[in-house]
Amino acid sequence: MMFNKNLKNILLVIFATLILSACSTAKKSGNVDGDVYTGKETVKFLASGVPDRVFFATNKSSLTTAARETLRKQATYLRKNKNLNVTIEGHADERGTREYNLALGERRANAARDYLMTYGISGNRIAVISYGKEKPVNPAGTPLAWSQNRRSVTVKVN
Amino acid sequence: MKKIFLILVLNIFVISNAFALIEIDITRGNLDPLPIAVSPLHVDVKSENYEGIKIKELGEDISKIIEDNFRNTGLFNPLKKEAFVQKPDITHLKPRFEDWRLIKAQALVSGKLLITDQKLKVEFRLWDLAAAKEMTALAFTTTPSNWRRVAHIISDKIYERLTGEEGYFDTRIIYVAESGPKEQRVKKLAIMDQDGANTKYLTLGNELVLTPRFNPTNQMVTYMSYFRNMPRVYLLDIETGTQEVVGNFPGMTFAPRFSPDGKKIVMSFAKDGNSDIYTMDLDSRVVERITDHSSIDTSPSFSPDGKFIAFNSDRSGLQQIYVMRSDGSGVKRITFGNGIYGTPVWSPRGDLIAFTKMRKGRFYIGVMRIDGSGERLLTENYYQEAPSWSPNGRVLVFYRETKSGSKGEGFSAKLWSIDITGYNERRLNTKSDASDPSWSSLLSK
Repeated sequence: MMFNKNLKNILLVIFATLILSACSTAKKSGNVDGDVYTGKETVKFLASGVPDRVFFATNKSSLTTAARETLRKQATYLRKNKNLNVTIEGHADERGTREYNLALGERRANAARDYLMTYGISGNRIAVISYGKEKPVNPAGTPLAWSQNRRSVTVKVN
Repeated sequence: MKKIFLILVLNIFVISNAFALIEIDITRGNLDPLPIAVSPLHVDVKSENYEGIKIKELGEDISKIIEDNFRNTGLFNPLKKEAFVQKPDITHLKPRFEDWRLIKAQALVSGKLLITDQKLKVEFRLWDLAAAKEMTALAFTTTPSNWRRVAHIISDKIYERLTGEEGYFDTRIIYVAESGPKEQRVKKLAIMDQDGANTKYLTLGNELVLTPRFNPTNQMVTYMSYFRNMPRVYLLDIETGTQEVVGNFPGMTFAPRFSPDGKKIVMSFAKDGNSDIYTMDLDSRVVERITDHSSIDTSPSFSPDGKFIAFNSDRSGLQQIYVMRSDGSGVKRITFGNGIYGTPVWSPRGDLIAFTKMRKGRFYIGVMRIDGSGERLLTENYYQEAPSWSPNGRVLVFYRETKSGSKGEGFSAKLWSIDITGYNERRLNTKSDASDPSWSSLLSK
């Protein structure tokens, strides 16, 4: 009996652990950390291994560790391709007023541009444009979609 | 757009206000709308045909527009025509007051019209049925193609007489017409009469256009366009179709609005990740920087006396509403409630600021006094923003986005209006999806 009860408890603990880890896996496989998108679903590539976009937290334009890593790869790529110019498009999710989001998109695009410049890329090669909330990649009304839409995207212009 | 002529020929009777006649208490909502009978206008048999107008139905058509205008205010209850007790021509001469009172009408509108020599002559009378008196009467002459405006002008005159406030029916709304999936939305500038008639498109949809706003003194419009991928504020003359970029800024300009005298545009200019507020004088082309702060300062709106500007800024961390003198001095935060506040728009009466509020994933349109006190939230939804005032400061128009499914299916954007009492929320008729409405001033003043 005692053994059984202990076993039962142990099983409960194991079960609970499984649920918890399932939860954290779900969060990871949902690809959102805090509310910053960390997945690959919408990401395109400037070149092999060089993602074209970085993601932001709600109402924020600060670069996450992952965003900096992506931008360093972009900087390396731009240093190797000296004749290439880019435009950085700044975007916001739909959960804000239109005009504020235009400003926020501009601030995000410039955050990415500034970071590329600290890695020696000339500002003359990097234009910025903000689309605010006008061009979502994911039209859904979910936190995941919003996180995918809060982004800056580096686009080749030549 | 063709310039519209309207000649007020004569003011037939000036009515004395010696008697306390019917009036509407507009400080409340639509709790007790006034029963009003709008008799079809009598069409004079001598009327000549005019191209594109069904003359026999014109009297009925005009009365229908007046009824719709009244019904849409929420303050009036237009009675069914089946119950009417007198023919239009006799009604207009001398109504049998006791008979009209039997159908529970308190006010009666009658009128007649005549088309002759390519001119439309209209007269109408407003009767107080309880007092058995004429309250107001007016006659005017215009080109027959303006017949819808005739209906709106009559509506305005009656509204003014019964509420003591200026009307808002002879007005237009400029907005952004939308189509296509949300990821590739096509947007065009569009304009329509306040009741949804006469929709015209002012751009083709080749480039993204946003946030059109009327000049309060004329029919000029300022808006934002991504023409040639350069997001800039433009000035558009909707009568001639000519347009130009406002100023010579080396970056994005956005969130434009006219000053109350129509002589300046106030807007944001974004540079190096920072947005500040600027004005440009349309005559002298002088540009002035109004705010200089490392935060986002945008959505500026002048007070009707031109002395102050309300705007939203995230200088405290999140978006809040601030008021400053129009030279940029004396910046003062006015919103301290729970939530994020944006898009302040000063009432044409000067006493209120309308705004968008975001709280716990919901969006609200509300009004508050100009010092931020007395906040009243009028309507709540998944997403709605950008209130614009009717020229009399009585009604707000805004846009609302909805989705039928969580994956973004059934995405839709529509214009809505609501009375500042919080009553009478209703959807406006637009030919397509719509956003960013801006209400014109009265076309005839």
